[in-house]
Amino acid sequence: MTDASLSTLPETLANPRKPAPFALARKTIITPILLSLLVLAIAALTVMLGSRPFNQAMIDIMVRVVLVVGLYIFIGNSGVLSFGHIGFTCLGAYAAAWLTINPLMKKASLPGLPSFLLEARLPYWQSAIIAALFAGFAALIFGKVLMRLSGIAASIATFAVLAMINTIYSNWESVTGATSSVVGIPIVRTLWPYAGAAVVAIFIAWGHAISRSGLALRAARDEPTAAAASGVDIPRERLVAFTISGAIMGLGGAAMAHSIGVVTPDTFYLGLTFITLSMLVVGGMGSLSGAVIGVLLLSALIQALRWLEAGVPLGSTTFALPKGLQEIALGVIMIVILALRPAGLIGNREITLFRVNRNK
Amino acid sequence: MLQIVFDSLSLGSLYALGALGIALIFGVMRLVNFAHGDVIAFSIFALLWPSTDALAIVFAGQLPWYLLIPFVLLIGAGLSVLCEIVVFRRFRRASPATMMIASFALGFVIRYFLLMLFTSRPKSISLLPMLSQPVEIFGARLPLLQLITIIATVIILVGLTLFLRRTRFGLEMRAAAENFSMARMLGVRANRVIMGAFALSGALAGAIAMIFGSQTGTVDIQMGASIMLMAFIATVIGGLGSLAGAVLAGFLLGAASVIMQVVLPVDARPFRDAFVYGAVILVLLFRPQGLIAARGTKERV
Repeated sequence: MTDASLSTLPETLANPRKPAPFALARKTIITPILLSLLVLAIAALTVMLGSRPFNQAMIDIMVRVVLVVGLYIFIGNSGVLSFGHIGFTCLGAYAAAWLTINPLMKKASLPGLPSFLLEARLPYWQSAIIAALFAGFAALIFGKVLMRLSGIAASIATFAVLAMINTIYSNWESVTGATSSVVGIPIVRTLWPYAGAAVVAIFIAWGHAISRSGLALRAARDEPTAAAASGVDIPRERLVAFTISGAIMGLGGAAMAHSIGVVTPDTFYLGLTFITLSMLVVGGMGSLSGAVIGVLLLSALIQALRWLEAGVPLGSTTFALPKGLQEIALGVIMIVILALRPAGLIGNREITLFRVNRNK
Repeated sequence: MLQIVFDSLSLGSLYALGALGIALIFGVMRLVNFAHGDVIAFSIFALLWPSTDALAIVFAGQLPWYLLIPFVLLIGAGLSVLCEIVVFRRFRRASPATMMIASFALGFVIRYFLLMLFTSRPKSISLLPMLSQPVEIFGARLPLLQLITIIATVIILVGLTLFLRRTRFGLEMRAAAENFSMARMLGVRANRVIMGAFALSGALAGAIAMIFGSQTGTVDIQMGASIMLMAFIATVIGGLGSLAGAVLAGFLLGAASVIMQVVLPVDARPFRDAFVYGAVILVLLFRPQGLIAARGTKERV
């Protein structure tokens, strides 16, 4: 449009009222702050309690928060279900393993690594950042090809990516140790780094959601035709979200590697894919609060059922669920939640201080 | 050479039958049924008596074959219809993602129910042992079972086609797959059609269970999962909701797996699946709507 034609337009159209800078940020920042406070409060409580098994359980939950928030960045904003993101978690976890294992052990167990990786021995936080960047880069490359697809075809293509990564990592003996587990990753037992990673993931997700790209992507999720007609380049916006969420998944993978100290390719396959997806969908696919709350709720449920399965003293007898009932109960509860609230517990909304707002 | 053809046909048969079971349900309900693999496992375990031993205590499996086959098919169909009545009926209006996760949760429930009764150890079972002798055809020695698998698949496919084309119920089902709300307005009963689709798909699951169980000689609670992944991919490549496409893509995937196993250099063979999945991505990039796009699944503005 040229300047001449602009001047003939009515005043309101030619000079649309500009919103105040950061208006959207100020209006929505309360959500990530509340969610981070929730995460930090849980972490503080755990540290005060000081019980070791409980601490480990909480570390698992923090790692899952990172993973599910990573999923939300792509799935929640684009509306495309992805089964492939755990593949990027796998990349991140192995990258962290390569960077942090003692070089002497690496020479024996993973002789095929390039020499700069064989020599490397970084502290865990540096390796986590590099792992995230590596996974993000992989997501960029895969996304460049895949983001032209949409709907169920895109879901299957992402699944194919997961299966490809799994096949390669399960067979590349000299670099990934094939299906045997890679041991010797330094284990970090304090909860704070994991809580920190969860908070970082939450803020990145929020930052992306209110950015120009995030808004355009959500517009394309709700009204693809109208968004495309208004000049939204859908594959490009999807690629942005895919890359960012791939990087967060890589971060989660690094965190997972450091929390258990062992990685195998099958840790990062269908089981983890489905449990994280379930957490996202049960919480509410279209909302950051839903992602976080879904993790907390389902994890608490799993933990409680495990506890029941181990046996609870009731008076003089011990009450214990038979083995396998934990998973059955979990499945049944998930079905009931979804039947009652098909859009997830939180639905499409976000938690704010005063009232629950529609997520625009 | 002939060996390759038969190998790929028999592997493809399994994928095609699995894909058909998923496509039938997707057609009427837009549900991608992840529980299908667990229905397969359940129908074969129904032949065993609950126990934790490695050697299966065969219970209903001792029936003569003309009773055994209908029994397994009925078990599959029954469980599938039960899933529909208890679970999926509540999700008719839900989004595809919600339904998918619900079906996954249901599969989880079935799988761990089996685990509770039978433990996760694979069990050896000899189903229809007379089928494992080799036969000689055109100079190639083939297990009789492979031949039976292919023939059974062809019979099932022909039967299903006749059923869908020639009967009133089949007509209703095809109409529902094409445009569900329009079909309902014209007097097709939704519950009946959907239950029919579930019953058919469950019977197909039973058929896969029979074939797979007698091919491998073991039963395992995970056995459905490996076939289902490929079948699931086949449904999408074939064009979601398109039955012919699902079958075609199932056979293509079977052929691709077998051929790559033969053609790839020895070093690259462990990575065979990665190549197959790569091919899947390529197909999707060129034909995102699937090889044979189904009518009625196109997004309307």
